[in-house]
Amino acid sequence: MTNLGLPDPEQLAARILRGERAAVASGLNLLDNRLPAARGRAVRLLACLSGERWLSAGHLIGVTGPPGAGKSSLVSAMIREWRLAGTTVGVLAVDPSSRPELGGGALLGDRIRIKTPAQDDGLFIRSLANRNQLGGVAGEVWPMSWLMLACFDIVVIETVGVGQTEIDIAEIGDTVCYVAQPASGDTIQYLKSGIIEIPDIFAVNKADLGAAARKTANEIGRSAPRQDRREGWDYPVCLLSATMQTGIKEFHAHFDRHRRFLVAAGLLARQRSQHQSAWVLRLLKEEFGTFGLELLGGRAAIEKRLGEYRSSQFEEYERMREHILSRLLSVNQPTLSP
Amino acid sequence: MVAPRKNRDQPWLMRTYSGHSSARASNALYRTNLAKGQTGLSVAFDLPTQTGYDADSPLARGEVGKVGVPISHIEDMDQLFDQIPLDQMNTSMTINATAAWLLSLYIGLAQRRGIDPKKLSGTTQNDIIKEYLSRGTYIYPPGPSMRLIADTINYTIRHVPKWNPTNVCSYHLQEAGATPVQELAYALCTAMAVLDRVKASGEVPPEEFPQVVERISFFVNAGIRFIEECCKLRAFGEMWDELTLSRYQVEDPKLRRFRYGVQVNSLGLTEAQPENNVQRIVLEMLAVALSKRARARAIQLPAWNEAMGLPRPWDQQWALRMQQVMAFETDLLEYEDILDGSPVIAAKVSELIAGARREIDNVEAQGGIIAAIESGYIKRELVGSHMSRLRAIESGELKIIGVNCFQETAESPLTMGSDGAIMKSDPAAERQQIERLQEHRRQRNDADVRAALQGLSDTAKSGDNIMPSSIRCALAGVTTGEWGDSLRAVFGEFRPPTGVDIAIDSREVLGRKDQVTELRERVGRTGNALGRPLKILVGKPGLDGHSNGAEQVAVKARDVGFEVVYDGIRLTPQQIAQAAQEEGVHVVGLSILSGSHMELVGSVLQELRARDLAGLPVVAGGIIPPADAERLMALGVRAIYTPKDFSLNAIMGDIVDVVRESNGLERLGLLS
Ligand code: B12
Ligand SMILES: Nc1nc2c(ncn2[C@@H]2O[C@H](COP(=O)(O)OP(=O)(O)OP(=O)(O)O)[C@@H](O)[C@H]2O)c(=O)[nH]1
Ligand SMILES: [Mg+2]
Repeated sequence: MTNLGLPDPEQLAARILRGERAAVASGLNLLDNRLPAARGRAVRLLACLSGERWLSAGHLIGVTGPPGAGKSSLVSAMIREWRLAGTTVGVLAVDPSSRPELGGGALLGDRIRIKTPAQDDGLFIRSLANRNQLGGVAGEVWPMSWLMLACFDIVVIETVGVGQTEIDIAEIGDTVCYVAQPASGDTIQYLKSGIIEIPDIFAVNKADLGAAARKTANEIGRSAPRQDRREGWDYPVCLLSATMQTGIKEFHAHFDRHRRFLVAAGLLARQRSQHQSAWVLRLLKEEFGTFGLELLGGRAAIEKRLGEYRSSQFEEYERMREHILSRLLSVNQPTLSP
Repeated sequence: MVAPRKNRDQPWLMRTYSGHSSARASNALYRTNLAKGQTGLSVAFDLPTQTGYDADSPLARGEVGKVGVPISHIEDMDQLFDQIPLDQMNTSMTINATAAWLLSLYIGLAQRRGIDPKKLSGTTQNDIIKEYLSRGTYIYPPGPSMRLIADTINYTIRHVPKWNPTNVCSYHLQEAGATPVQELAYALCTAMAVLDRVKASGEVPPEEFPQVVERISFFVNAGIRFIEECCKLRAFGEMWDELTLSRYQVEDPKLRRFRYGVQVNSLGLTEAQPENNVQRIVLEMLAVALSKRARARAIQLPAWNEAMGLPRPWDQQWALRMQQVMAFETDLLEYEDILDGSPVIAAKVSELIAGARREIDNVEAQGGIIAAIESGYIKRELVGSHMSRLRAIESGELKIIGVNCFQETAESPLTMGSDGAIMKSDPAAERQQIERLQEHRRQRNDADVRAALQGLSDTAKSGDNIMPSSIRCALAGVTTGEWGDSLRAVFGEFRPPTGVDIAIDSREVLGRKDQVTELRERVGRTGNALGRPLKILVGKPGLDGHSNGAEQVAVKARDVGFEVVYDGIRLTPQQIAQAAQEEGVHVVGLSILSGSHMELVGSVLQELRARDLAGLPVVAGGIIPPADAERLMALGVRAIYTPKDFSLNAIMGDIVDVVRESNGLERLGLLS
């Protein structure tokens, strides 16, 4: 028998809301845990933490871009600004896992770039492996980012380095920032491919490299507005350097401005709700395929049901999962394989 | 008996790398070494001195006087060279990030003793580039580091002309796993970067530039494959000759000579049957002595007990005697180059040169060595080479006598003594050094110190040569920590890439494939039982820069399915405990080779307890003598691994069991 020592969710939630680091850590461990007993508790934990504030509190920021573009370095630079202003920050940094046949292990290397002063209670970094899930993030990111929102002013999600073929990462945050690598064709192709909704803020990092960076910024500046998806937001393109610490202040200011824009336009709550639904669909589809969605009556039906749980859809997600699982067990196996 | 020929060649400079506890104790050691026939001094500094901290900095705790001598200010320097005439001594200082500072203290001391700095001779290692790749005592980002190197070169050319301001090092690259081709390529890339930087500084008129080229010397390695190594040194000579002519237009062949000092390979010296290291060391010395055309200018040898801990004076004496026997008893120095004309040697040399050229072109195409360090490319290549070596040892393909074959042994009388057959630095040294430092601060003139530091910080900002203001600091009584901090404030600090993110499928998983498969299954199964994939934090607490072990543990852990957090070297116990908490790991693995394991492991355990993580299992590895291992286990450490445990697969299997046990699962035992 194992002594897994799963925490009591209600007590844990109270400690997390007080901002106790040890509680935040064990809450994240719980959300990462796939044992049935843990999943039940995770649902309860998130239920205790949730409420209407989840539609309005904090700021969820997604940072994506090709490998080595400087995502972590930029996150680090922004953290310095936020911490100077007394704003607390939680970070979820995702790195790729090796393929399952190669052991599925991972080296989580973002932390070293997101420099931390020895002791800072206002900053919390958790690294995650994407565990071979599609896209630039891991499924665990969704509940974990929501837990972090309960106790940090700002939650930043750094995706794995993404190429043009990665799927939608738009639902990871209120504000999505794309960090471009100077002089690489990736960015433009990425934008043209139209797979993703356009990011809200563009950063062309490594401005210290000179002409190449300026050229990339111009190219993005030219192609970004054409894909405008929202009235009233200007999709800024920033030229900056994480190493030389140039352009950071202006860049940093766009994030708060974007959040204010979302609130004023009445988009923040709506978007968060939509993002949750997108997560639920994505996770269900990844685990059970379209067949699994069919078992719940199809996409539209699921979306409709989720719409009733505006503030936290995690509980409903778990219910749906269990439903599919029980149906799968009762389905006549041979008909499953084509 | 045949008498030796009269017109023998002069032997090389013989040194022993040493220093410990305090300036006074080290001075006594140097004077005995000189009395034994050693012909130059080679100073080992402690880690706080090398990384620019004062003895009373919290970061220096447990490290003062451990692996070298602590030098905090000019009075320490004075004591270190007490009764040693600076103008007659050839002093080599293994110092890098703070090289400009230690050289300033040396010059300042000479001035105070009324000695003309023009008479000083010796070497500052001062190759900060390889610190990012292997040695680990970097402080500032690459740009300012290059400037410090260039400043010392520009200064010494004028004012201390007999000084070797920098020693481009390939030694440390081999110690981090580099192949001969990598050693050649990266050392030459470094030399080019340094010379280009000096040239660009414009401080040296073009007609004097060949003198700068002549002042660049090298510090290389020689491994056990001594024929290939000898060829490597011939290759170095040929490539340097060509490069200095074609790239820097040095016309005089004398100024194009490849001058190098050597320390032979220590990575291959073993903890098991340590007496065998004596043969290894002597064979390795052959590589740098055999060929007259490619012979070393200076040699220092490690001791037979290298993998056990620091050498005692007797151990060092034995190493010195190896050199003396080679130089004075054998007929080695009576012949011209004995390898000239050998087609076998020539072919091997050409092969190495071709390989090195390809890799140099590759690095240049990436924008040069600094760019290739910043991107992590070179570090990944080194970690990859070292991984291949260790996996070949693990599979038995590469034989190491006494380690993975011929393990049978009678009990060794060499290791039976009560001192554990190693040198223990004075445990009171840290406290005494701190008292001495604080007394020094009380004695000096504060206004002078403030003015000197202001001058230093101004030059750091203005871009003028850093040396004159540093020498003023030395004379004013500024401390090592103050010098380091002033420049930190201007230059910032830097952490280089760790290189462990080598792609798993780009290289064959060498070694015992069957064991890896079994391990992956165990890691996966244990993760499933615990609800999430196993996660390990590999931590390097303290100032210790020995990253090899931690890197290889991290890479292996990833390969067998762990999710691995490794943030590089030089973290505080707080940072490590905090990361363990934030990351939610199942186990913490600490790697410590600097001898400070008692202090550091204790602190990490305490920091973990303070974070509600008393139950989190901790294992540790490194140079940990058996008696200390017992004490650490008593403190709560679950397992200790030392170089004897050469099988990383076996270590991984054991760590999985440690995790299982601390979560109430049964152990799975040895791998099949
Ligand atoms: C290679 C080496 C270096 C390289 C390091 C390159 C690098 N990036 O790692 C270089 C040349 C740079 C170097 C420099 C120095 N070195 Co050194 N070095 C060695 C040497 C020869 C081998 C160490 C090694 O890498 N072994 C290979 C790896 C794979 O083995 P390992 O780390 O022991 O790991 C194994 C186990 O211990 C265990 N393990 C280790 N860590 C962990 C962690 C976990 C989690 C687990 C599970 C297992 C585990 O698993 C591994 C598998 O077998 C040793 C002597 C020796 N032969 O051991 C001296 C040695 C460690 N160095 C020593 C010293 C003093 C220095 C210097 C401080 C000298 C100075 N005064 O400047 C410098 C400065 C370094 C610094 N910044 O701290 C001393 C330390 C003395 C002591 N402990 O009392 C030693 C013992 C030599 C000696 N006898 O004097 N060194
Ligand atoms: N020249 C320059 N280099 C930079 C800058 N910012 C980051 N880098 C370098 O770019 C490399 C990658 O930086 P990271 O911050 O780790 O990039 P990342 O996008 O987080 O990388 P992954 O997480 O691995 O995808 C590092 O070597 C940085 O030193 C910059 O502004 N200028
Ligand atoms: Mg990153």
